Amino acid sequence: MNRLWRRAARTVGAAGALSLALSLAAAEDLPASKRRSGFDFMSRDSQATQVDDTSNPGMLWVIEGEALWTAKAGASGRSCSDCHGDAVTSMKGVAARYPVYFTEQSRPVDLQGRINICRETKQQATPLPFESRELLALAAFIGKQSRGMPITTGDDIRLEPFRVRGQALYEERQGQLNFSCADCHDANWGRKLASSVIPQAHPTGYPLYRLEWQGMGSLQRRLRNCMAGVRAEPYPFGSPEYIDLELFLMSRARGMPSETPAVRP
Amino acid sequence: MARALINVPAKAKRGDIIEIKALISHPMETGYRTGADGALVPRDIINRFLCTYNGEEIFSADLFPAIAANPFISFTTTATQSGRIAFRWIDDQGRAQLETAEITVE
Amino acid sequence: MRERSGTFGATRREVLASSAGAVALILARPARATLESMAAAIKAFVGEAQVQKGKVALEIPPLVENGNSVPLTVRVDSPMTPQDFVRSIAIFNEKNPQPNVAHFHLSPRAGRAAVSTRIRLGDSQNIVAIAQLSDGTFWSDTAELIVTLPACVES
Repeated sequence: MNRLWRRAARTVGAAGALSLALSLAAAEDLPASKRRSGFDFMSRDSQATQVDDTSNPGMLWVIEGEALWTAKAGASGRSCSDCHGDAVTSMKGVAARYPVYFTEQSRPVDLQGRINICRETKQQATPLPFESRELLALAAFIGKQSRGMPITTGDDIRLEPFRVRGQALYEERQGQLNFSCADCHDANWGRKLASSVIPQAHPTGYPLYRLEWQGMGSLQRRLRNCMAGVRAEPYPFGSPEYIDLELFLMSRARGMPSETPAVRP
Repeated sequence: MARALINVPAKAKRGDIIEIKALISHPMETGYRTGADGALVPRDIINRFLCTYNGEEIFSADLFPAIAANPFISFTTTATQSGRIAFRWIDDQGRAQLETAEITVE
Repeated sequence: MRERSGTFGATRREVLASSAGAVALILARPARATLESMAAAIKAFVGEAQVQKGKVALEIPPLVENGNSVPLTVRVDSPMTPQDFVRSIAIFNEKNPQPNVAHFHLSPRAGRAAVSTRIRLGDSQNIVAIAQLSDGTFWSDTAELIVTLPACVES
């Protein structure tokens, strides 16, 4: 496919679709009853792929994570299971409350950050690189232990200043196209951007298998795609901005069921 | 070793038609894509898939670059006897991966 | 004009002919398949036999959300007995760089002729499924698809 054509078509489509909505920049609070997962906005075939564990490609990362969970790592010669036992029990509901406040850093960390903190401090192993197969596999395996459970993120007063920062980032215009996240995902969810339906931006199933990536990816990778979409320079992987944004988005999704490993177009 | 997920019912009645699903991780690099450096990324796909039931071939497929990454194939067979269902994926380099599942047929 | 000149003692006419051939070689690698190359691929599968419409049902979403992964199921109306079964099912496309998608080989032990997979489509186009029966006949179904692009991608 000719990338330049795609870019042009998308830019024209975006500008056209949102020209009427530029005044509606503030994040409107969605009543809980109107919140819908990205699952609801995708085709029936993509939905069918997600719900069938025998055909969901994300499950390939989950089974790798399951193997990594019991693999010895680092100078410690310890595996995750040596401390945490059977993940089905010990990790139940854990991913659904991330990002959490990490006292030692006086700020929130996301699940992948927490995995790497464990690797470094408890296993004396090198941290896994961002978007590496192993890190996504572990996050997918741990995430799956929360599947179907309600998201509980943000229920901690220490997180509030960071959640507020995340909300400010969500509402701030950026990039050459000068759109905020809210411009698409609050003011125009359900409408089309080029030929895709705009979802409400609830990160209910990360890490997930994105058909566009032909592979598994994190929320940070998806946020970088959004920033590229409005022609903004994406923050580097691991930036606090992503954590604050994730904290805001997951708090906003509190109560919705976790879907990891999800499938999205 | 690529990660693979195969789905074969553990038990079946003789004569039942059973559904078999096979999913394997593989980029199925088409050979038509340009990489970040502008050069064509060479083709690297799984081009053959075989399934045997107690050694007898029951299904096979020739795959081309138009098969999606992390290829998924689903097909049926008749449960005839207990034993082993074996799966083999072969790539452009001739490398093969083998997975097996046991089935009990009563 | 001298009779022998240019590279390796070739005549000017020979050099022109060979360079034209070289240029033709470069152009001959298709950027995408065409109706002709799909027809050629189908001919390679069916030989001289006539392909009839029917017996085959190609199930594929008419509006494709992402061309990278499109679920497809082919079903063939067949008793799947040793006397009457589907030998193979071949899938072809019109506009990908290559006309073949997959060839599936079945046995009478299949019970029923139904295969599912996920394919890639580079553009809106027609997909053709052709089944070869044990009696040597060929049957087909065609689907016309529209492929849409997602928003907000890597680059």
